[in-house]
Amino acid sequence: MSATEPLLEVRGLKKHFLVRKGLFGEKGAVKAVDGVSFSVMPQESFAVVGESGCGKTTLGRLILALEKPTEGEVFFEGKNIYDIRRSELRSLRRDIQVIFQDPFSSLNPRMTVEQIITEPFIIHGVYKDQAERKNRIKELLDCCGISQNHLSRHPHEFSGGQRQRVGIARALALNPKLIIADEPVSALDVSIQAQILNLLKDLQKEFRLTYIFISHDFSVVRHLCNRIAVMYLGKIVELAGSEALFNDPQHPYTEALLSAVPVPDPDIEKRRKRVLLSGDVPSPLNPPSGCHFHPRCRYALESCKTLPPALTEAKPAHWAACPVLPFKEKHSLAALIEQ
Amino acid sequence: MEPVLSVRGLRTCFYGDNHEVRAVDGISYDLHAGKTLAVVGESGSGKSVHALSILRLLPEPPAKIVSGEIIFAGRDLLKLGRQDMRAIRGNRIAMIFQEPMSSLNPVLKVGEQIAEAIILHQKASPQAAWAKAVDLLKKVGIPHASERSNDFPHQFSGGMRQRAMIAIALSCEPDVLIADEPTTALDVTIQAQILELMKDLQKEYKMAIVLITHNIGVVAEMADDIAVMYAGRQVEAAGVSALFKDPQHPYTRGLLNSIPSIYACKERLEAIPGTPPELTREFPGCPFVPRCPVAMERCQTQDPPQFHLANGRMSNCWHQEAQSQERRHRYKAATES
Repeated sequence: MSATEPLLEVRGLKKHFLVRKGLFGEKGAVKAVDGVSFSVMPQESFAVVGESGCGKTTLGRLILALEKPTEGEVFFEGKNIYDIRRSELRSLRRDIQVIFQDPFSSLNPRMTVEQIITEPFIIHGVYKDQAERKNRIKELLDCCGISQNHLSRHPHEFSGGQRQRVGIARALALNPKLIIADEPVSALDVSIQAQILNLLKDLQKEFRLTYIFISHDFSVVRHLCNRIAVMYLGKIVELAGSEALFNDPQHPYTEALLSAVPVPDPDIEKRRKRVLLSGDVPSPLNPPSGCHFHPRCRYALESCKTLPPALTEAKPAHWAACPVLPFKEKHSLAALIEQ
Repeated sequence: MEPVLSVRGLRTCFYGDNHEVRAVDGISYDLHAGKTLAVVGESGSGKSVHALSILRLLPEPPAKIVSGEIIFAGRDLLKLGRQDMRAIRGNRIAMIFQEPMSSLNPVLKVGEQIAEAIILHQKASPQAAWAKAVDLLKKVGIPHASERSNDFPHQFSGGMRQRAMIAIALSCEPDVLIADEPTTALDVTIQAQILELMKDLQKEYKMAIVLITHNIGVVAEMADDIAVMYAGRQVEAAGVSALFKDPQHPYTRGLLNSIPSIYACKERLEAIPGTPPELTREFPGCPFVPRCPVAMERCQTQDPPQFHLANGRMSNCWHQEAQSQERRHRYKAATES
């Protein structure tokens, strides 16, 4: 496989959840993921960013084959993951691992750290030799910064950061190629968050991992990822390299999101202009017509109310689903700070 | 100018079967009208317990306010009786909480919950209180306020619930608003709306705000003064720009270095190693010692007191002792001459 071939390719992925409005009401569909396509190269860190309810977690679950999509395909190393035999799916699960948001509920409280990390070996029948298994566990603990003496402890004896390290060690146990990290640091305190982010960065270098990082926090994403997809109500509205997205956003939603992130510097805070979005994220049961973002958009034209915009290449390798903003004058993040 | 609220050496402990937890172990500050003081710290640093102590909302036992003074309008709140405290709580000092879903009553209409405070504290008639409740909802930016005031909390979105909480807090035009992580449960775009609203209302009502948060970005945007807490103690206090430009305490420095920013991409974050200490343990020295990059031998055994530095700054670190002594000498020399 050449280096230019994507590790993961997502094509036109849709997941609609059927719901009833009220007890006897008509059936409706929540379009949690609604036509998402992207590809991820080996050893890339790809981020999916959006607010709550935008479908980012459902997208993660679809890639893990934990949900069946309504439509669309996901190819991992060229194989369609929804169209393979069970035995193949099992080996696929060795290659794609997940780190969850909440280290308190994602570790079994009755198992010791050793049991938690050994479980993947038992399930997949690897490292059957005891000595070999011990070695592998030691290796994992070392690279995740957990002390050897903690092997017989239970999750409740650890702090949040330590628990997240155990979760990461478990994800690494089977030498995966792709790790999906769903808000891995949002439950942690800032000083601990920095430790975990550094750890994830180091591990990526050491084990040549590919990350799909699901997050709502732009500053964390900027630190870790080289390509970013911004989601709004089930659709990708912008997809670009990290620098390009931060310096020159091409979708009004990205622009507003970036300007809403508080900056830990009072001087910048005093000088910068805010793009305040009015209102809430609309209900995904009944999204606005045309461009889903038009009721909150400050650039919206009459045509935005009826025509759903397609994701188009606004600049080289910079995709945005907005026909208006790319033609406006300078609107970069830097321009929002008054000099 | 006389401060609206002065907290002096507040200590709050929780007593278990055979251990005590020093949740708040010394915090002091002055809060002035129309200003915002941010209390910053990580989980377990005692910032929320400090707020609940001010309003005397902690159940005693297991909690006990061991020492300190909370001076509000010339009186020490810790010496007030139940009746007097009720007249202040929710009236002169109001509070908004982090989780707007669990702090609103799910079986009462939103309008009723706002009117309740007005009826209780201002002896208004139910009709007048309801009319005021609708006005307040309008003021905090709820569209169609007169219809929405008949809604129940579950019909509101997260941002709208927090707006309703703010309306309740403002109903009696308090002098002090204590906001405990008011935007932590919200999305960034909604957070920006709520912070903007709080700033506008602060100007209008000339309220003083105690903002409790772990988000350094929110602090930079909102605060005039900052108190940094670690393991129950206030380790540093300063004005906002002074603190960001020149943090004195090694914990504050570590905290500021460990946050990623959207404006700059660092290769590595400078994380603070280790984890915060257990509060049940008695430490002879400074509680930050195990994680401190500049710890000296003395820090292991001697607990640093609060050193007063120039421009009203304070720091609890032995490294600032010389600086503080020099200042005292200069002050002494100046007053004697």
